[in-house]
Parts: sequence; structure tokens; C-alpha cells
Amino acid sequence: MHIMEGYLPLGSAVAWSALSAPFLWLGFRRIDRLLKEKPSLKLLLGAVAGFTFVLSALKLPSVTGSCSHPTGTGLGTILFGPGAMTVIGAIVLFFQALLLAHGGLTTLGANLFSMGIAGPWLSFWIYRLGKRLALPLSLVVFLTAVLGDLFTYFFSSLQLAIAYPDPQGGISGSLWKFLLVFALTQVPLALTEGFLTVLVLNLLSGQPELEELGFVK
Amino acid sequence: MRNLFLGLAAIGLVFLALFSGPHSFSGADQQAVALISEISPDYRPWAWPLWRPPSPEVESFLFALQAAVGSGFLCYYLGLGRGRTLARKDHDPPN
Repeated sequence: MHIMEGYLPLGSAVAWSALSAPFLWLGFRRIDRLLKEKPSLKLLLGAVAGFTFVLSALKLPSVTGSCSHPTGTGLGTILFGPGAMTVIGAIVLFFQALLLAHGGLTTLGANLFSMGIAGPWLSFWIYRLGKRLALPLSLVVFLTAVLGDLFTYFFSSLQLAIAYPDPQGGISGSLWKFLLVFALTQVPLALTEGFLTVLVLNLLSGQPELEELGFVK
Repeated sequence: MRNLFLGLAAIGLVFLALFSGPHSFSGADQQAVALISEISPDYRPWAWPLWRPPSPEVESFLFALQAAVGSGFLCYYLGLGRGRTLARKDHDPPN
């Protein structure tokens, strides 16, 4: 889902940065307030950020014959909400843009919108919906992680399709092409992320910090 | 037991992919770049990374570092939690 440095036209790059900025600011405020109220959550926030660090560093092979990486944002969204994941996503993407030539500074806004905003917010709503429907918790967590991951890649494809409409098919024609690259590859990887998220949440459950966050099994 | 199956399912999917046939396993990000040049052959990137890992070895070191730092934070908390749970059990033994 990393749009490479320089591969978004100036207008798109500026627009996505402007759209991402307020979310990032709200995310910072949310984390700041939460840690002031409950400083004991710091370690758990670090653990959740760690999960995103690991998963977004793993470029996994997919049955489609290409490689991509999960996002790891579902877990943190469930525990801390989407705003916190915007901040953590920004840290990961900034590190990868500066040190790994992966993504870029001009595309940081767009990449942050797909990985740190679109994915986590969809996850947030899926989780709420699942809880309201009283589905089994593991299933809800699984769907939250899988669909959030897939939506991040769907969103990257959409961003590229808007920036590069197909000469014949327009934006929708182009969207299918980018989806073939990004979303299809991502299906098995999103499932992997789903299994891992359920696994880690199982290991975390019962800890006092989770109860403090209102997460009950 | 349930966690074991979850872990195996996660790893299994990856290995299923590895042995799903002779593939190049190139990165999806690079394929997207190729697709951009196919759709808009005239597009020229207007910014370049300030710094690039000088070799694939250095790149894989940095990715491994990212994963190691992340799993360090995660596993520190998991270990701490396990220890706390055990300490609690020692404190008030089950009736």
C-alpha cells in the first residue's frame, strides 16, 4: 500500500496531506488525554504499536505470486480506537519513508490516510457492529482485523485510480487494475493478520489494562 | 490449544503461498509503479527518496530492526502480564 515517493501528482499529494493532518492532530490529542488520565496504559500502547511495527515490517508472499505486508492496525483500533492508530501509523510510515525508501514524504499523507485512517476507521465500525450483533468475540476481532487490512489496500488502489484514471475506462477502469495488484494479493495476508490479531488478543486478555480500557471478554 | 491453531493457520497461509507455484514474489508496491507507467506513460516522478539503503542487505537489516523493536515492545508486555498473573495466583491460592 506504500505509494512510492514522487508517484502522486503534486495536487493529490497536497490534498491527501491536508485531509490526513486533522486526523493526525486528533489522534495526538486522544493519546495525550488518555495517557494523562491513565498513565498505566503506556505499556499497552507500546505493545499495540509494537504489533503494528512487526506486521508492517513483514513483506509476506501471497498466493497471487507477489509480496505485500499486513498493517497490524486492527488490534490497536479495538483497544485504543482509530485515532491512536493514526499516530502509530504515521510513525511507522515516517520511519519507512526516511530509512527504507519505502513510501515517501510526498506520499506520506496519502499512505497515512489508507493505513492510519481509512483502515482503522472501517475496523472501528466493523467492531462496533459486530459487538452490537452479539457475534462471538473472536469472530468479531477476526473480521475487524481482516476487513480493516483489506480496506487499507482498497483505499490505496482508489487513491491511485483517482490520480491515474485509465485513458479508456476512467477512474473505475483504473481502479480494477490497481485492485488486481493490491487487493487480490492482500486477501491471504489479511487472513494471516486476522489470525494473528485474535491470537495476540487472546494472550492479552485478562490483563488489568484491558479492563481499564473497557475491553471485556 | 486454540492459540496454537491460530498461529499455525497464520504461518500455514504464508507457506501455502510460498509453495503455490513458481512465482517471482515481487513487491506489490513496485507492481503498482509499473502499472502507473503503463496507464500514464508520460508521468515522471517529481520527488525522490532522500536516502536509500545502499544494498538489499542493509534494507533487510532495517526491516528486521523494525520488526525486532516491535516484537520487543509487544513481548515485554506479554511477559509482564504473564508474570503478574502468576504472582496474583501465588498470592491468593485457589480454594
